[in-house]
Amino acid sequence: MLLRKVTSPAICSSVLRLQPAITGAQRQSGALVGVQNVRLYASQTAEAVLDKNVVSRDTTATAETVDKAVVSVESKSFAVNMFKGQISTSQVFPYPSVLNEEQSQFLRELVGPCSKFFEEVNDPMKNDALEKVEEHTLQGLKEMGAFGLQVPADLGGVGLTNTQYARLVEIVGMHDLGVGITLGAHQSIGFKGILLFGNPQQKEKYLPKLATGENIAAFCLTEPASGSDAASIKTTAVRSPCGQYYTMNGSKIWISNGGTAEIFTVFAKTPVKDEKTGEMKDKITAFIVERSFGGVSSGPPEKKMGIKASNTAEVYFENVRVPADCVLGEVGGGFKVAMNILNNGRFGMAAALSGTMKGVITKAVDHAANRTQFGNKIHNYGAIQEKMARMAMLQYVTESMAYMVSGNMDSGATEFQIEAAISKIFASEAAWLVTDECIQVMGGMGFMKDAGVERVLRDLRIFRIFEGTNDILRLFVALNGFQNAGNQLKSLQKALKNPLGNAGMLAGEITKRAKRRAGLGSGLTLQGTVHPELNHSGELTVKAIEQFGAVIEELLLKHGKKIIDEQFVLKRVADCAIDLYAMVVVLSRASRSLNQGHSSAQHEKMLCETWCTEAHERVMQDIKFLRSGTSKQTFKNLRAISAAVVENGGVVAPHPLGF
Amino acid sequence: MSARVLVGVKRVIDYAVKIRVKPDHTGVVTDGVKHSMNPFCEIAVEEAVKLKEKKLIKEVVAVSCGPQQVQETIRTALAMGADRGIHVEVSGKDYETLGPLQVSKILAALAKKEEASLIILGKQAIDDDCNQTGQMTAALLDWPQGTFASELAFEADKLKVVREIDGGLETIKIKLPAVVTADLRLNTPRYATLPNIMKAKKKKIAMVKPADLGVDVSSRLEVLKVDEPPTRQAGVKVETVEDLVGKLKEAGRV
Repeated sequence: MLLRKVTSPAICSSVLRLQPAITGAQRQSGALVGVQNVRLYASQTAEAVLDKNVVSRDTTATAETVDKAVVSVESKSFAVNMFKGQISTSQVFPYPSVLNEEQSQFLRELVGPCSKFFEEVNDPMKNDALEKVEEHTLQGLKEMGAFGLQVPADLGGVGLTNTQYARLVEIVGMHDLGVGITLGAHQSIGFKGILLFGNPQQKEKYLPKLATGENIAAFCLTEPASGSDAASIKTTAVRSPCGQYYTMNGSKIWISNGGTAEIFTVFAKTPVKDEKTGEMKDKITAFIVERSFGGVSSGPPEKKMGIKASNTAEVYFENVRVPADCVLGEVGGGFKVAMNILNNGRFGMAAALSGTMKGVITKAVDHAANRTQFGNKIHNYGAIQEKMARMAMLQYVTESMAYMVSGNMDSGATEFQIEAAISKIFASEAAWLVTDECIQVMGGMGFMKDAGVERVLRDLRIFRIFEGTNDILRLFVALNGFQNAGNQLKSLQKALKNPLGNAGMLAGEITKRAKRRAGLGSGLTLQGTVHPELNHSGELTVKAIEQFGAVIEELLLKHGKKIIDEQFVLKRVADCAIDLYAMVVVLSRASRSLNQGHSSAQHEKMLCETWCTEAHERVMQDIKFLRSGTSKQTFKNLRAISAAVVENGGVVAPHPLGF
Repeated sequence: MSARVLVGVKRVIDYAVKIRVKPDHTGVVTDGVKHSMNPFCEIAVEEAVKLKEKKLIKEVVAVSCGPQQVQETIRTALAMGADRGIHVEVSGKDYETLGPLQVSKILAALAKKEEASLIILGKQAIDDDCNQTGQMTAALLDWPQGTFASELAFEADKLKVVREIDGGLETIKIKLPAVVTADLRLNTPRYATLPNIMKAKKKKIAMVKPADLGVDVSSRLEVLKVDEPPTRQAGVKVETVEDLVGKLKEAGRV
């Protein structure tokens, strides 16, 4: 699926709908963040401080019980907590190792044949030139079982966990992203809905043929007028009076596998009766649509910049009779289905791209170690060394994120949408940088088609655009974080209404703020969690998180609900969140290597330390900027420049030569 | 056909790995090095599985001798279609000195025990390049042998083997039971697919010790020294044909 980049003002509201995993109760209150009155309460905190001395010890017990009621469900997600200036280590430390002996052994057996297939049979250059995956390769992949990696074994698949899947997808990403998309569009999004939401009958009916690749699947969400704003789709499915089927009409664009698929997961608007008001309202529903239903047709393969080997086409639905049995999930619950599918697939992109990076780094190293200029192999020059080091760091971070997220998912975490989105953003940008630098290291050689890197660069570009553009995902990350932080503030407000009963909680919050203001640590620490050799990096991370939590609160107090319109701010908040999460995943992974005494532990320590030092700098700079008056002016300027350029239909300044 | 085929599968350092000699010159570095099935053994497995698919034989048994890790190699054979495996446990010093003679004795003993009517082996392993195991096994069993096979066919109760020899191709007919060794062009081995690897998990691997088979694996060979191949000396450029002939004469080559 290619989600379109749009600049509609509806972006925010649609982004705000992307929070399926957040507990319903918290959201029921409607508003994103109920902080309108925080200023009032902020002044009251002073009184509460005074009160604190009066409160006797025996109220603590009551305070705790009230705390629980107010705070409701505490999230274990590291990302959710960092927005509150808190550190929740349970999902990030120690670095997850979720495979048992047997799973690990099985995976080891799969890696060999899989790599061999891609080294010996698949020809990425030929696939790119033909603009399709060669027939015998496709056939081989089907026999290989590559089309049903996560389908349960009893339904004909390989039954892999997310972590096992990630490891194999990494191999695909290392060799051919075009094939990767063909496979990913099929199983990561195409039929993932059936795996996640299908009822037993649907699973039995569709999964066996999908697992063998006899049937190819596609995910149909994007429409000509609905890209990032996914909720605005126009395809309709109207229920027949008898209730036996739906009539579907509409068209979808940029559908990966659109021309080759037999089974489609289609999102359409259906009129649904509101239980309370009795009003009919259009809501999105997900359907399984077979090409054989009739009325389904597809356009010619699109001509693309990259991932040419994969098929991308328009898909049209004309009076398609879709049996009522084909509703996927609940009627009207389609948006949740779509977002869950996408959330569940993002780690796969991070895994694939960490493989891609590994591949191009090998090429860059090969060139740098053998190319002589000015009498020396070029890897001896600082200019090249910095590039190689940064490439290695970016790959390390991406790989660490991919397996952190897949590990969390495999151990049953349900709240990983911020982490998954971060991993997709980070991986797609890191892979772009790494591949770009690989070409730079290789110089003219890298620019030549035969070097095989320009194809990777073209293939990669789409990863920053599809399955949620990185711009939209940044808003998603920031707003999700703000929402959680806002909820925390809201419980603080409630507590403030009954300061005596909630003294314990208030006292904690107040000391935290006081200490932060005074420049003292809030008592948060990663000591004892990270390996002692990484204590310094741990401290930098803690400091950055403290300041981040503080600035989030300040921004909430300043903008309240209107924070959703502050995209200049949100972008920078997301950048900080990405850097912070990256810091903590490498801390965790390098700590594990040090603890286990890996031969590469000291090298990993260096990767980790360097990353943390620089990321800390970036985060602090962003925070300083957000707090400063300059940012307000800068954002104003940027807005005005953009407006003028748009108004003028292009650049505004006259040519320096005057004509 | 009720015949049973025994296939030998050897775990060797992967063909793509750059071999490094141990600093003490006692052998090559194997720790942390990627291993896989000897490519000629893959061809042997493929041929046996094909015979089974054509219903010419009933069962394919994959055998490997070595430490715990050889079970991975047996698993690969099972994933390619072998029915069950036999892991002959040899480790430590015995494994280091395990050569064609010891393996032949094991295979011969197993062939009798399993009542095999055909043994298919790779013509040689890519690590020690001995090219002896097939021949020795046939001799120990006193069975006919069809080595360097590039084609295999059952003809009545006999086996037609097309052999790759220096002058071209030689076709022979041998009686069963027999030993066949596979050459490069016999077939193209299939890839172990993920579903088949999964199914192979359920197939059985029996463990036996050489002593159980009455085989003594002690070796009478001693490796004195293992060296890197000598690095190639730089050549010289000559201007004319006369120069070239002159140089060659100088070196005593013409």
